Amino acid sequence: MTPRKPVDTGDPDRLYLVTGGRSRADESFDLVTLIVSESAPTPGMQSEHARILELCEHPVAVVEIAAELGLPVTVVRILLGDLLDTGRVTARHPRAAASVASLPDSALLQEVLHGLRNL
Amino acid sequence: MDSATSELPTHRTPLRDTAETGLKIVVVGGFGVGKTTLVRSVSEIRPLNTEEVMTQAGVGVDETDGLPAKTTTTVAFDFGRISLNDRMVLYLFGAPGQERFWFLWDRLFSGTLGAVVLVDTRRMDDSWYAIDRLEHHGTPFVVAVNRFDDNSVRYSLEEIRQALALPAHVPMVDCDARVRASGKDVLITLVNHLHDLATAKEATL
Repeated sequence: MTPRKPVDTGDPDRLYLVTGGRSRADESFDLVTLIVSESAPTPGMQSEHARILELCEHPVAVVEIAAELGLPVTVVRILLGDLLDTGRVTARHPRAAASVASLPDSALLQEVLHGLRNL
Repeated sequence: MDSATSELPTHRTPLRDTAETGLKIVVVGGFGVGKTTLVRSVSEIRPLNTEEVMTQAGVGVDETDGLPAKTTTTVAFDFGRISLNDRMVLYLFGAPGQERFWFLWDRLFSGTLGAVVLVDTRRMDDSWYAIDRLEHHGTPFVVAVNRFDDNSVRYSLEEIRQALALPAHVPMVDCDARVRASGKDVLITLVNHLHDLATAKEATL
C-alpha cells in the first residue's frame, strides 16, 4: 500500500481510460454493497472487469474492490454498473437506512451489539 | 495501468458466502489522533486504503465534452472490517475531520450507523468542526478520548465535555486506540447509544 497524503490531485486521464470516458457512476452502489460474481471472466474482457469477477467469487464490498484494484470508488461504481447490466454480478445492498437522519431498528442494532461483544 | 496491481496484498481474507448486509461506522478526528490505529486494532483485515474522486462543488463541469474535469480532487481514506455474524459485516471508515474534507464525509458516509469522534486532548481544536457537522447532520455519535500516552496534564472526561461544549446526552469514553479490547469498547459504547436512541424512538411510534 502506498502511503498517500489525505489529498492529492488525481490523474483523470488514467481514470477516463478505464471507464471509456464515462464519469457518471451508478449511485445505487453503496460503499458497503456486497458484490458477488455470477460468471467467470471471458477472453477479451476488459482487464478491470475480469479482475472484479475474480475478486468477487466470494462477496466483496464495493470499497474493498476499489482498494484491491487501486481505483477510485467512483470508477469502480462505473465498472460494476457494466457487470450488473450484463448479469455478470449481483449486488447485495445494505439494509440500513439510506438517510443519515433515520436510525436503523433496535433489533438490527441488538445483532450488531451481540456481534461486537463476541469479538 | 500503473503499479496498482503490484500493491495488492499477497492474500486476502474473503467474506463468508452468506454475508449479505454491509454496515458502516465512521471514525472522525484530526490528523494523527489515531483513527487508523483504532481501525487496525479492531479490524479482521489489515486496514485498506482507497480513494474517491471528488469534483469541487460550485465549479461548473461540462460532462458532455468528454474532457477530464480539471477540478478533480482525490481524497484518500482508510477502512477496516469486522464480520459480526454469518450475515452482517461492519466496515469502519477513518475520515479526516478537518473542515476541508467534509464534502467527502457528506458524499461517502450517508447511511452510516453512527460516528466515533476520536479526540486528542492536546489538539482539541480539531474536534469542534467534526462535532458541529455531526450534530448538523443528525448523525448519532460518541466521543472517545485517546489516552495513547501519559499526558502530563490529564483532563477528566467532564473537563473535556465542557471544553468541547458537548451536550450531556452524548456518551464519552476513554480509550487506548492501540488496544483491541479498548477499541471494541468504544464501538460497543456507540452501538449501545444507537440502540438506546432507536428503542426510545420506537416507543413513541
